[in-house]
Amino acid sequence: MIHRPLGLLLEEHPYVDTFLKENNIPVEGNQERSINDIIGGMSAETAEEFAFEIESLEQNLNLFITQMKEFLNEGADEVSSITIYPGTDKSGAPEGFDRLELKTGQIISIVGPTGSGKSRLLADIEWVAQKDTPTNRTIFVNDDIPESKWRFSISDKLVAQLSQNMNFVMDLSVEEFVRLHAESRMLEDIDTVVTHIIEKGNDLAGEKFQPDTPITSLSGGQSRALMIADTAVLSRSPVILIDEIENAGIDRKRALDLLLSEDKIVLMATHDPVLALLGDKRLVIQNGGIAKVIETTEEERSILVELEVLDARTNHLRNLLRNGERLHENR
Amino acid sequence: MNLVTVSGPPSSGKTSVILKTLAALDKRSVKPAVVKFDCLYTDDDLLYEKAGIPVKKGLSGSLCPDHYFVSNIEAVVDWGLDSEYDLLISESAGLCNRCSPYIKGIKAVCVIDNLSGINTPKKIGPMLKTADIIVITKGDIVSQAEREVFASRVQAVNPRAVILNVNGLTGQGCYELSTLLYDEGNHITSLKGMELRFSMPSALCSYCLGEKRIGESYQMGNVRKIDLKESVSNDT
Repeated sequence: MIHRPLGLLLEEHPYVDTFLKENNIPVEGNQERSINDIIGGMSAETAEEFAFEIESLEQNLNLFITQMKEFLNEGADEVSSITIYPGTDKSGAPEGFDRLELKTGQIISIVGPTGSGKSRLLADIEWVAQKDTPTNRTIFVNDDIPESKWRFSISDKLVAQLSQNMNFVMDLSVEEFVRLHAESRMLEDIDTVVTHIIEKGNDLAGEKFQPDTPITSLSGGQSRALMIADTAVLSRSPVILIDEIENAGIDRKRALDLLLSEDKIVLMATHDPVLALLGDKRLVIQNGGIAKVIETTEEERSILVELEVLDARTNHLRNLLRNGERLHENR
Repeated sequence: MNLVTVSGPPSSGKTSVILKTLAALDKRSVKPAVVKFDCLYTDDDLLYEKAGIPVKKGLSGSLCPDHYFVSNIEAVVDWGLDSEYDLLISESAGLCNRCSPYIKGIKAVCVIDNLSGINTPKKIGPMLKTADIIVITKGDIVSQAEREVFASRVQAVNPRAVILNVNGLTGQGCYELSTLLYDEGNHITSLKGMELRFSMPSALCSYCLGEKRIGESYQMGNVRKIDLKESVSNDT
């Protein structure tokens, strides 16, 4: 590979572009030259400065190409369920369930005080625990013993996270940002995907944003809306953990619908009754373990209807305030 | 005793990650110790002491911290062996982002954070490129998309490494890291005959020797000049 002219190499493996860029190997004007030529033509000083070693570069390039090939071939490898088999809590007492299957298209709420073991549960899923974590839980993927790639491959993470503390930190516009993410996923039709995500994001956001808005100047609600739309469409992770969604500036119900329509398993850590009751079931976490699993009852669903009316009323009043109007009773 | 070298840019979360990881090892009754290498000042040793972990600190002062590291690591290893620790972790900040105190045959961990910017992976030299395990921190405060893009760039620079997202605050990922750090079959009894993975920066000019005056006539030894004629895009 390292003896092939860059032009030819890129034609065969377009994704090598990223590898060259990240390794500071200039492509421009070097179409006819190979990596070996370029590095060989460098002064010893430059090569040492950038830590170029032709042997390790060759190994890395081959490995990178293998990884990318696997990545691109894996489209069919869909996750449809995650199964959790119980372990123990911090005191060694067994957890309060026998087998817990999380399927795509389900919302599962997680309740329990801070520090009760939420992070550990996610870490167990992310690490596809096989009785080798402090909880002794076992995680199955698609009802089967998981492959090791779920543990180690950086492009196949089981869990994506959306939390309230998250912020955009890059100096990019909305469009540039989504494009960057799409490019890292090596998608074919990037333009369509980018437009789609911005549209979906705007759909969820209370106030609209433009493709050329810098992501760092989006409001809290707009940021969250874009993050959810982007994660729903572009993230490969089948499980999405949502750590509270604020009740302002974003249509939470539609946000969840979007995630579910993209066949995600949504885990939602929340104590907001409107969100918690949207779940099919809720996991009660105590002392590092899942103490019980509660199915949402009919009675609870009717409470939810009540709450949603209240919620809608609050949102309505909020919008009136935002638009500079007076508030009146019963309106 | 296992030796692990941990390095990473300043404030990337090395100490937090090590503390949380050692806490996870505690249950496996592995006896750890830490050596903290820094430049001018550190009080991270107090954090380790507070956690009940034996710690030594070395400040390189006016010397290049990585040169200081190599000149002292053998003595430090002997200290660890004499004290019969199971796992000795050396922690050092890669101050110029180029170097790495990694040794062939000794597990090398690089800690970098999501906040450091999307172009950071290509700016960091052997410290990132030659690490065995790369720990990415502060993923809880940037968006999922930024985490994914950052990780994919790290992978492009070092496809051989195991890349882990770790949260230094909650400890999420630290247990997993701990399983990769300590290995019964990886004990060493000395560093004799071992080599660095990559050469340290060559720096021997008059300024290394204390020169303060500015000007061509005071510059001697290994001096290199900036090329102001070349276009900016080639100068990365």
